[in-house]
Amino acid sequence: MLDFLYGHYAYWLTIVLVCIGLYGIIFKKNLVKKTIGLTILQISVVLFWVAIGSKWGATVPVYDPDIPVADAANYLNPLPHTLMLTAIVVGVATLGVAFSLLISVYNRYKTLDEEEILNEIQ
Amino acid sequence: MRARFESPIVLLGSRLLSPYIMLFGIYVIFHGHYSPGGGFQGGALLAASIILIRLSGGRIISRLQVQEFFTTPLAAIGVIVFFGTGIVAMLFGSYFMDYHALPFPGEMTPAELRYYGILVIEIGIGIAVMAILVMIYDHMVRGEDYA
Amino acid sequence: MKFVKYLILIAFAGLLIYGSLDLPDRGDPDAWLHQQESITGTEVAGNYFIRQAYIDANTPNMVTVVLGDYRSVDTLGEQVVVFAAGLICLLILRRYREI
Repeated sequence: MLDFLYGHYAYWLTIVLVCIGLYGIIFKKNLVKKTIGLTILQISVVLFWVAIGSKWGATVPVYDPDIPVADAANYLNPLPHTLMLTAIVVGVATLGVAFSLLISVYNRYKTLDEEEILNEIQ
Repeated sequence: MRARFESPIVLLGSRLLSPYIMLFGIYVIFHGHYSPGGGFQGGALLAASIILIRLSGGRIISRLQVQEFFTTPLAAIGVIVFFGTGIVAMLFGSYFMDYHALPFPGEMTPAELRYYGILVIEIGIGIAVMAILVMIYDHMVRGEDYA
Repeated sequence: MKFVKYLILIAFAGLLIYGSLDLPDRGDPDAWLHQQESITGTEVAGNYFIRQAYIDANTPNMVTVVLGDYRSVDTLGEQVVVFAAGLICLLILRRYREI
């Protein structure tokens, strides 16, 4: 039982982060707070991939002549790291797109509250 | 809006810190073959060094470092460097993005050619990421009184 | 209405925790992700990258090799996405001239 908890607590922490992000998206009325929740959700996915790519007894995926490369148990799996590396930068760029959309919404309606914007549209 | 005031201490500290951040970014790009690093991280560090000057100095001073109209062509150049490497490898009789046919001078094994091919595309990624992050910042603060 | 939202949130968290019960332990070297062969008998990608990265590209950092060589078309797509995001910011926030 304790081994099970020790092996799974990292996943549950990322699930807590997912729930915080979803809470921000669903409950908050301000659009900037919704965007912050979206970013927390994205970072939780990145942390989940990094957690699932770990391997006990392995070292970082940089080739060392002293450690034989033929046995794959000596090195971490480089594939999740690569995917998340690109995902972080793409996340920052799309966050820029989200904030520029918010700036243009604010310039038009002079508010960022969701319900006030809906009232102004109708 | 609160009244803006100029702080020479902040500007001096940023001017002291910015070249070292930029140097570390270039080191991260070029040493990415031997240690954790690469184009994306180094490009983010280069963008941090440029945005630091823009935050502390404002538009007039930051124009001396990197002009605003200069970022969009730089981003396009970065993407073209990446894409052109793949196209050149394809024109010299290999697959798209398979670097062992790149026409680097000197006698090299395919593994060493791939080494230099990866270096070229990392430089392209670094230029593009730096230019795009600075471009997003520039267009977001345009027209504000502190920019 | 707020009660329904809380219910959706708690149900989603319960679903995620139920799904995580079947995952392998974190860092378990015997997980399917770290095996030599997958269930279908083909070779696992991460294992191949670890063995062949230095031989193929003469570069010690395997993450760089995967990013720049094996998955370079993927990286090109990601960079085009970043470039498109920058262009979208430029087009949204540009000051149009009054006509």
